[in-house]
Amino acid sequence: MAVLNKPPVTEAGRFNGLLTWVDQRFPLVSLWKGHMAEYYAPKNFNFWYYFGSLALLVLVIQIVSGIFLTMNYKPSAQDAFASVEYIMRDVPGGWFIRYVHSTGASAFFICVYLHMARGLMYGSYRKPRELIWIFGVMIYLALMGEAFFGYLLPWGQMSYWGAQVIINLFGTIPLIGEPLAIWIRGDYNVADATLNRFFALHVIALPLVLLGLVAAHIMALHEVGSNNPDGVEIFNDIDPASGHPRDGIPFHPYYTVKDTVGVAVFLIFFTVIVFFSPEMGGYFLEANNFIPADPLKTPEHIAPVWYFTPYYAMLRAVPPMFGSQFPGVAVMGIAVLIFFAIPWLDRGRVKSIRYRGGKYRAWFTVFVISFLILGYLGVEPTTVWGEFAKGLPIVGGDYIALWVARVLTVVYFLFFFLMPWYTAHDNEKPEPARVTW
Amino acid sequence: MKKLLAILLAAPAIALASSGGTPLERAPINLHDKLSLQRGAQVFVNHCLNCHSANVMRYARLQDLGLTEQQIKDNLMFTSEKVGDTMQGAMDPAVAKAAFGIVPPDLSLVGRSRGPDWLYTYFKSFYRDSASKTGWNNALFPNVAMPHVLWEYQGEQSLQVTERRNRNTGDVTHVSKLVLEHPGSLTPVAYDSQVADLVNYLAYMSEPAQADRKLWGILVLFFLAGFFVLALMLKHEYWKDVR
Repeated sequence: MAVLNKPPVTEAGRFNGLLTWVDQRFPLVSLWKGHMAEYYAPKNFNFWYYFGSLALLVLVIQIVSGIFLTMNYKPSAQDAFASVEYIMRDVPGGWFIRYVHSTGASAFFICVYLHMARGLMYGSYRKPRELIWIFGVMIYLALMGEAFFGYLLPWGQMSYWGAQVIINLFGTIPLIGEPLAIWIRGDYNVADATLNRFFALHVIALPLVLLGLVAAHIMALHEVGSNNPDGVEIFNDIDPASGHPRDGIPFHPYYTVKDTVGVAVFLIFFTVIVFFSPEMGGYFLEANNFIPADPLKTPEHIAPVWYFTPYYAMLRAVPPMFGSQFPGVAVMGIAVLIFFAIPWLDRGRVKSIRYRGGKYRAWFTVFVISFLILGYLGVEPTTVWGEFAKGLPIVGGDYIALWVARVLTVVYFLFFFLMPWYTAHDNEKPEPARVTW
Repeated sequence: MKKLLAILLAAPAIALASSGGTPLERAPINLHDKLSLQRGAQVFVNHCLNCHSANVMRYARLQDLGLTEQQIKDNLMFTSEKVGDTMQGAMDPAVAKAAFGIVPPDLSLVGRSRGPDWLYTYFKSFYRDSASKTGWNNALFPNVAMPHVLWEYQGEQSLQVTERRNRNTGDVTHVSKLVLEHPGSLTPVAYDSQVADLVNYLAYMSEPAQADRKLWGILVLFFLAGFFVLALMLKHEYWKDVR
């Protein structure tokens, strides 16, 4: 019998018997060791390395708070808005669950954006970590879908018209667009059928996809080992005495206790928003969304939630061509999908920005600034900075902000398209043999 | 639908056109002032509930304002509703639609969708306008269907538009001003205070849990501060042997 071949557990004191019984039937000890106690991670993780575990924490927060919301929410056009207010007023602690969930959505994107920025800075997508990056971008895509489907559920004016606009984007695709949009909505307008299916997708389909992708992301990471701020491989320098990397430390207990500090700091920020400013000045919960959805009344100003606004600014920046908005939609789509290509666009000999040359540093800085300004412009109407006073050649008497968005959209894409060139011809510094500590 | 998208992408012009020109006054409200909230609730049930509803707000919830169920029944409820019921308007929506052209919106969340400053300015911006159906108009919300329900308190204002010519450019700008023509039963200061009470109540009603929430927030922050210190100490203890 296979059971007897596996040696008994000896390190758990009075629980040895119980653990042995389980371990001979389930790979508990090897899972624990492989992913926690004997997963060697570089010891030089800095501030940026908190956001992976924090994103995981937010995922758990969203799932748990979501379960409790689902117990009281009614996914029907007739009842949805009132059921959210029922949660806010009549369900004990309901307001807390709801604000945790609405704040969690934004927190998720903050963590994910910082986590992605970390990956870009330290070259965490480079060989052999391409698949980790790919799973990560897939998580990002799934998260965008999850946020979009969830945003319809409160059935306020912004929910309704935001969904209307985004679904209409699919309607601009040549030939198949209009039937595709109807297929997504299940109606000619955003309606009860749309709400029902978005609810199903939001509470079952995409959470399952997200959990699966997160598992794949972490499994791929633990297969090849973590990168670090120096971008040097710790497994190239193994201590013969212990058989472990000299610059590596076991994830548990070192990073579990360190990440706990990160969790505490994160929860302090999270708490301040949930309890003192859940609307976050209209950026996390929009004022218009406290008006029930009205299919007959279009709000004056429709802007998506902040985490989509860089792409929204790009959509608005691209002028319609041949009477179709599709070019803008295509630009927006490519702007997201292009992240998949990064592992093959980067030709640098070093991974970390610490040893990159001036070209990469400059492009990366300009890219981040462009992304932030585009995000800001996506929130504001294009008139925000006024109009060119006099007609300029080519540009004409157009809005300044619109042209800034156009230029920054081009910069955004150049960061990717020119990457093979500026990373290959950069004045890089030599990498150290071991991590700096 | 494609038209909608085109409109949205060209939205800036629309957004500017409808933002109006009236600057908002800051509403002097205090959600901890229970007497103000009680006075506001009284104005609300006496004047607003005739046409509007607050259909997610239960009368019983007014116990938050320091009232007993009996006090709520005696002072704030006029119909045979039960104290656990939500606030329904007295007017049949179909009748209201015939009278005003629209169904008066539910006010449960107006404190959040419009915001206190908007509401405060709105209640102070009604003026006499013989051209409108109700005889009233509003400088903040032009051609609003609602008449000035509180006019007996404020009195009647008129809108006076003066032309101003820029001496250098010759451009003409219009400056409008609200002038109190016939005083009401309250002095302007007392009317402002009554409106502030009402707006205070509307802000409370839009999120009755907000006082609770801030109290809990302080407790949670104290807990997290302690948790942070312990977590940091634990981290330093473990990391001592990493070199």
